[in-house]
Amino acid sequence: MQEQLKQLKNEAIEKINVTDSLDQLQEIQVEYIGRKGSITTVLRGMGKLSAEERPIVGQLANEVREAIQNELSTKKEHLEKIELDKKLAEETIDVTLPGRKVTVGHPHILTSVIEEIEDLFIGLGYEIKEGPEVETDYYNFEALNLPKGHPAREMQDSFYITNELLLRTHTSPVQARTMRALDNEPIRMICPGKVYRRDSDDATHSHQFTQIEGLYVDKNVRMSDLKGTLDVFAKKMFGEDREIRLRPSFFPFTEPSAEMDISCKTCGGKGCSVCKHSGWIEILGSGMIHPRVLEMAGYDPEVYSGFAFGMGPDRIAMLKYGIDDIRRFYANDVRFLKQFDEA
Amino acid sequence: MLVSLKWLTDYVDYGNKTVDEMSALLTKLGLEVDGVEYIAKEKSENIVVGYVKECEQHPNADKLSLCQVDVGEEADLQIICGAANIAQGQKVVVAKPGAVLPGNFKIKKVKLRGIESNGMICSLQELSVDEKFVAPQFVEGIVVLPEDTEVGSSVDELLNLDDVVLDIDLTPNRADALNMLGVAYDVSTSVDSPVKYPEINLNRTEESAKDYINVSVAEESLAPYYGAMIIKNVTVGPSPIWMQNRLLAAGIRPINNVVDITNYVLIEYGQPLHAFDYDLIGSKEIVVRRAENGEVIKTLDGKERTMNEDHMLITNGKVPLAIAGVMGGADSEVTDETKTILLEAAYFDRNVVRKAVNHTGLRSEASSRFEKGIDPNRVQAAGDRAAALLSEYANGEVLKDTVTFDKLDRTEAEILLNTEKLNSRLGTEISNEEIGSILTKLGFSYEASNDDFTVNIPTRRLDVLIFEDMVEEIARIYGYDKIPYTLPANASKPGRLSNAQLLKRRIKNYLESVGLTETITYSLVSKKQTETLLSPDISSGDYIPVPLAMPMSEDHKYLRLSHLPELINRLTHNVARKQADVALYEAGSIFLNKETEIHTQPEEQARISGALTGMWVNQKWQAEQKEVDFYLVKGLIEGLADYLSINIEFKQAVIDDMHPGRAASLHINGDLIGFMGQIHPSLAKEKDLKETFVFDLNLAYLLEVERPELIYTAIPKYPSILRDIAIIVDKSVNAGDVQATIKEVGQPLVKQVEAFDVYTGEGLEANEKSIAFNLHYQDPEKTLTDEEVDASFEKVVEAVKTKHNAKVRN
Repeated sequence: MQEQLKQLKNEAIEKINVTDSLDQLQEIQVEYIGRKGSITTVLRGMGKLSAEERPIVGQLANEVREAIQNELSTKKEHLEKIELDKKLAEETIDVTLPGRKVTVGHPHILTSVIEEIEDLFIGLGYEIKEGPEVETDYYNFEALNLPKGHPAREMQDSFYITNELLLRTHTSPVQARTMRALDNEPIRMICPGKVYRRDSDDATHSHQFTQIEGLYVDKNVRMSDLKGTLDVFAKKMFGEDREIRLRPSFFPFTEPSAEMDISCKTCGGKGCSVCKHSGWIEILGSGMIHPRVLEMAGYDPEVYSGFAFGMGPDRIAMLKYGIDDIRRFYANDVRFLKQFDEA
Repeated sequence: MLVSLKWLTDYVDYGNKTVDEMSALLTKLGLEVDGVEYIAKEKSENIVVGYVKECEQHPNADKLSLCQVDVGEEADLQIICGAANIAQGQKVVVAKPGAVLPGNFKIKKVKLRGIESNGMICSLQELSVDEKFVAPQFVEGIVVLPEDTEVGSSVDELLNLDDVVLDIDLTPNRADALNMLGVAYDVSTSVDSPVKYPEINLNRTEESAKDYINVSVAEESLAPYYGAMIIKNVTVGPSPIWMQNRLLAAGIRPINNVVDITNYVLIEYGQPLHAFDYDLIGSKEIVVRRAENGEVIKTLDGKERTMNEDHMLITNGKVPLAIAGVMGGADSEVTDETKTILLEAAYFDRNVVRKAVNHTGLRSEASSRFEKGIDPNRVQAAGDRAAALLSEYANGEVLKDTVTFDKLDRTEAEILLNTEKLNSRLGTEISNEEIGSILTKLGFSYEASNDDFTVNIPTRRLDVLIFEDMVEEIARIYGYDKIPYTLPANASKPGRLSNAQLLKRRIKNYLESVGLTETITYSLVSKKQTETLLSPDISSGDYIPVPLAMPMSEDHKYLRLSHLPELINRLTHNVARKQADVALYEAGSIFLNKETEIHTQPEEQARISGALTGMWVNQKWQAEQKEVDFYLVKGLIEGLADYLSINIEFKQAVIDDMHPGRAASLHINGDLIGFMGQIHPSLAKEKDLKETFVFDLNLAYLLEVERPELIYTAIPKYPSILRDIAIIVDKSVNAGDVQATIKEVGQPLVKQVEAFDVYTGEGLEANEKSIAFNLHYQDPEKTLTDEEVDASFEKVVEAVKTKHNAKVRN
């Protein structure tokens, strides 16, 4: 009987080895170790064995069963893996075909530039103020030390609605409004917004464009503070390797006044067509707030001083991204707008 | 201001500074050099003065001349010349064989129509001189040099070919730098060399001008100074070539010696002058007075000008001779016949000049200087300088005595300057010695006592009025570059966006994240655009579009009442450029006014609007395509409402310019806040668009609307139960209304109701539709039983039947 069992074992393992089908494997299992399988059949003859032999044969039978079962499991696993591999191979796709497109929109490049500047100054403790686009003549000009009859405020340069109302020509009126609304309190604010000038639209002029105004008022504010603040701004906005230069200029609402240039990135300051061979690119106007402006807003110029600066996001975007025509901002061609995803 | 660098050396010695160094120096001082122009763009070699000894027509060519030219060498050169103005006896510019003209053009012996030509007689343009630097009479031909020019000499110096012109972009305050002396003052602060005034050698005759003219001024504040000089026996003719060249470099056209000299002194001193033909004045007096209303004068340009009492005239006591400070009259103009000149050097009020300039449109080099303000201390000197030049270059005899009206204030202003205050304003540590030295360089006299300076401001510096102006003067000479970099030492408080600003950014980010691209369009629109695609909350508001007083075009005349008309145009712009699938939005202000006669600022309301057309889903190779439709745009707005935790209600609405059956007005808490839907197909067609959808929301309202406070709600522990109900109703019944009924009646167990199927057609009557809803039942406290849900569901069924006349299926 022991011989019989060993033979069955060999027979089963041989069959397991040669098969390559999961179905056959199942049949082999039934044939040998199933409830009605050959091993069970052999064991029916146990009754004829002596009491000494029985445990030995019983143990052998278990061993044989286990061995066959192990072989079956191993083989099954093997065959299943082959089958899976085959299935997966059939499922192979062309990963180079385009993905299902997710459409994402983009902020306008001017918004991106404005928000970048906003965030930068928020980091320096500034708040953001807004003001009306239709301004009174008083806030747009007079409160900024541009009295009536001043040559810099010709009717034909501005979009007047009535003698007293016009589309603001700069964001500076927000300075005057903010100061007037506060009672000798320190101010740190920037003000972005749309402004309008009576210009014919061409590559470098637009009757509507954007501006950002900055204002810092407190006791003992120095021109060196203006310079330091603009330096921080320029390096963060245009790159740590950029130099700034202030040069004397004129604005009715600041004194002293300064124009800020940054070193030209294209030529590194050596002079090229981008910087008109000067090595420098004009970025913004600035200065110490004129005492008349402080006074008109109710601040005592003997106690308070401050600085203001104003710049054009249109111009900054044009410089930063090499845009050749200001009208592109307002034509809103999606092929233009979508170029600045990461801006 | 155009500054010839060679001319400038007359007034200040700037050593051997290069053009670049001079540009940098002036720019650093605040006189920004905006352009640099070389008179001859390229250098030429071997160009000399020649004398045309003989000149006859080329035997084989009508338009060519055959010339024998003496160039100071042993043999004359035979040169063929094509210029029309060539003539025997002229001194001309000759490029000898071997000469190199700009563009590497080498002059060689050549044969022209069979005859040898040994060189070339040149025009200035051939020497790469821009036409604007060429005297008008030589623009069309060769240059003819003065008779006394030395044959064989170089022409560079003579024709000013080696000069460079700097274009200084002056800020409006720096009227003092609108002349060579003024520029010299600034240069002198940086080169350690004093300003040199021209030497005036004025020889006057025994005869007195007082016998010729009497001067009176009616209103002293408008003309506090008027000086008249009489110069007899002048010879009117061309001015010297060097003067013509300098004027050309300064952008002024040479006319004749008398006019050129007044212009020359204008550029030199900044003092406008005028020369009258004395014999044509018609009286022996000059009366300066206001014009009478309607008084007519014929100006030098031959036009008749009607003036009024805002303007000032120079008269002969009866009739006008000139508009003060603006332009002379044609009747007393200096001509070739003029023998005696009355030379005017005057100080006119800037505002009265400006009014006349604006009235006549005659803006000139002279008037613009009066308008910006001139130096009271230079008026007489400039007159003397011009008289001296007239005697030297027009053979004039200057009579003794200048006849004047003189009430001119020539005192210098005083400004107190305290060193500590200066340094605290600049953040610098400039010493008293340094301040003194800077003031001296500026030419400002002062008295100092410790930290206190009393500074006398020269009358040429009309822009220096207060302490802060003085701070700028010191800083600019000290050098803005030497001011340190500091950050404010004051206590700082954290900066942040306001809640509304933050929310606005989030709303915009939301729209971008779902696929809309931001645009910025013009606020100024056409009349038609103010009437198109208005949101019902605007069109029902009796708003009157705000027009500009002086629009530049009909397209940009009114302030917008909606972003949509221009957004639609942007869609058209893109679609026309083969960008078929476009989704745009804009956030910005509209301008709301109710006044017919506008007195107050219009209300500026922030709106956020979008326009979409074409495919929304376009997965090409998967063949999945979906066009933008009403429910897509509605979904975007519902998503926004969810994002903001607010509830927006959509109501069927008929709106102008919209598809009559596919538009909805939008409401929050019962307030009308905008609309959405499909634009009318005829409008879409007009704009070359396919089906196009828009929305327009009152952004200001969204930013202000009260939103529920964010408080954590426990996630339900007990399972929800889902029931469906399918009903048949009349087509006119809105799903939203049924949904509202279900929600109301199902309270408190029905948490959510969603329509999931809508059907019309087979099996239903023509006027019927079937709608199916999911009802989500939930009790946060316990597991619901079927009995509880059944009871609630029964109520819902009953309510839907009675309220909406619905048949319930299944």
